Amino acid sequence: MTSAAVLESSYSLHDLHRFRGGGAEFVYLPSSGGIFALNGVTRAVLDSLAVHPDTPSGIASALAPQGFEPADVLDAVEDLHAARAIRDEHGFESLVQEPPDRFPLQTLVLNVTNQCNLSCEYCYEFGEDKVATPEGKPKFMDFETAQASIDYLIRESQGRRSIHITFFGGETLMNFPLLKRAVEYARRQAEAAGVSIDFSLTTNATLLSPAIIDFLAENSIGVTVSIDGPKEMQDKFRVFSNGRGSYDIIAPKIRELLARHKTRPIAARVTMTTHAMDVMRIYRHLKDDMGFYEVGFAPVTSSPDRLYSIGASGLDSVLSQFTALAHEYLEAALRNEHHGFSNVSDTLAELHQGISKSHPCGAGLGLLGVGPSGDIAPCHRFVDSDQHKLGSVRTGIDHDKRQAFLDRGNVGRKYECQSCWARPLCAGGCHHEAFVRYGDTGHPNLHYCDWIRGWTDTCLEIYGTIAAKNPGYLNLFSNRKAES
Amino acid sequence: MKHLYAINAKARRIELASAAPPAGSGDVFALQEDGASAPPPHKPHIPTGCSLAFFPGWEVDSSGGTAGLCQPVERDIYDCYISCFWPAQVPDHLNNYADWNSKCASATKDWRNIDLVFP
Repeated sequence: MTSAAVLESSYSLHDLHRFRGGGAEFVYLPSSGGIFALNGVTRAVLDSLAVHPDTPSGIASALAPQGFEPADVLDAVEDLHAARAIRDEHGFESLVQEPPDRFPLQTLVLNVTNQCNLSCEYCYEFGEDKVATPEGKPKFMDFETAQASIDYLIRESQGRRSIHITFFGGETLMNFPLLKRAVEYARRQAEAAGVSIDFSLTTNATLLSPAIIDFLAENSIGVTVSIDGPKEMQDKFRVFSNGRGSYDIIAPKIRELLARHKTRPIAARVTMTTHAMDVMRIYRHLKDDMGFYEVGFAPVTSSPDRLYSIGASGLDSVLSQFTALAHEYLEAALRNEHHGFSNVSDTLAELHQGISKSHPCGAGLGLLGVGPSGDIAPCHRFVDSDQHKLGSVRTGIDHDKRQAFLDRGNVGRKYECQSCWARPLCAGGCHHEAFVRYGDTGHPNLHYCDWIRGWTDTCLEIYGTIAAKNPGYLNLFSNRKAES
Repeated sequence: MKHLYAINAKARRIELASAAPPAGSGDVFALQEDGASAPPPHKPHIPTGCSLAFFPGWEVDSSGGTAGLCQPVERDIYDCYISCFWPAQVPDHLNNYADWNSKCASATKDWRNIDLVFP
């Protein structure tokens, strides 16, 4: 029922992003993460309010010549207001949403060593922009520390049915003996606690051996390989300490890994620099020539003045290549086929759930990083940094420090983000990248806002097209990233 | 909703919420603005403490609205009567109405049993 007061109230556009896909028009609502399809009336009402604010009766009379029934217009105004796409004079209250105080841990990233056999020039752990202060700390995690970490994870994950351990480095496989014992210990402890546990690791692939590959396959350990592309791109930065490229060493090992490890999909992760920006060529090589299941891309984290840092024009070029590859993904999705461009599938999964993040990622919430010494950091990227230490697996976490980190990172406190429609997915971007760029983990990553909006818009268009033409495909994403 | 079609999971939740009966026709919930478009929360309403900027925090919250009141409405009188220093309009429990709340063991469940008093 529409009361007289409502009819006289003036409405205006609230918080929304319109997009098209598959011949239909949609609206994305940043206040919630909701995605709705529009029909003729809702489209006309939004068009009308985009010109100037108006009362429902005013909109109805303006739209009457176009053949819209006043009753339909009033209903459409009510629907759009309920979805918070438009606002009346009172507006909506916007509150900073805090995560619950007790947020059970889900994932622990164990940096089993801070040593690496490669000397990648851009590395955030060793390069010019490093935040780690590893002096005087253990270089390799010992078994007692791994045990304490696993016990800590099980203790702090109360209420979850499944937990996860990611092994990380340095080069993870330089401490393979510990990794092996840690997996066995964690399995026993998880079984005793009645939770399911799974594992993954990231490696540069230089140390893979048949025995290691068999262990990873038998234990269903997910593997992500850091690799930058074909030989000349890989060998530009991913070099041994004597400067020799690593491609020729890793290529046969990766082929063996992909041939023998079938229990989990194997992914490649590409760090994009000025020398590795040919997205299509990198993707073709890693997906088609090598046979990775998925390929994900991320621009290098660095201060803006590094030579390998991708500047604004480079990001534009990357975005247009991303868009071309994303349309290839769309073609595959419409044929119900798998496509390995994981940047798209990850974003579609979040759009499908309608995720609206209070924080850019789970760092400090459901995820923590542990250094070789047992020190706890918000995530693996802050491990071994005294400035970002949150506690120790032996003595627990400093709740005030964690709260201070989370308070800084909350998107509700990032001023520039409040008017951005892409904030539900971005939430200001990586805490670590923000620290490297701006010296503050809570600073929005303003250097890639246009890129994020461009990319999110591309993914929305793809999402809308799939929703219009092959909605069944979206069921793939229904359980992904679901709470557990 | 007649003219918007929910596509993703969050949109379906918004649709369900907007189809819920408007505030006032169901149970009593804490004071909320625009009750028709923002249905009562399904989770327990957890009090977050008194508002520091404008006492008493059960009339207006720190931002001038009513969404962050110091107590949900079903608890405010009861909590003000003992724990809050603010002189709230609660019965004089020391001399004349010592039993006004004797049937209310748990405020969140039994608040309907708090007696009316007629001074």
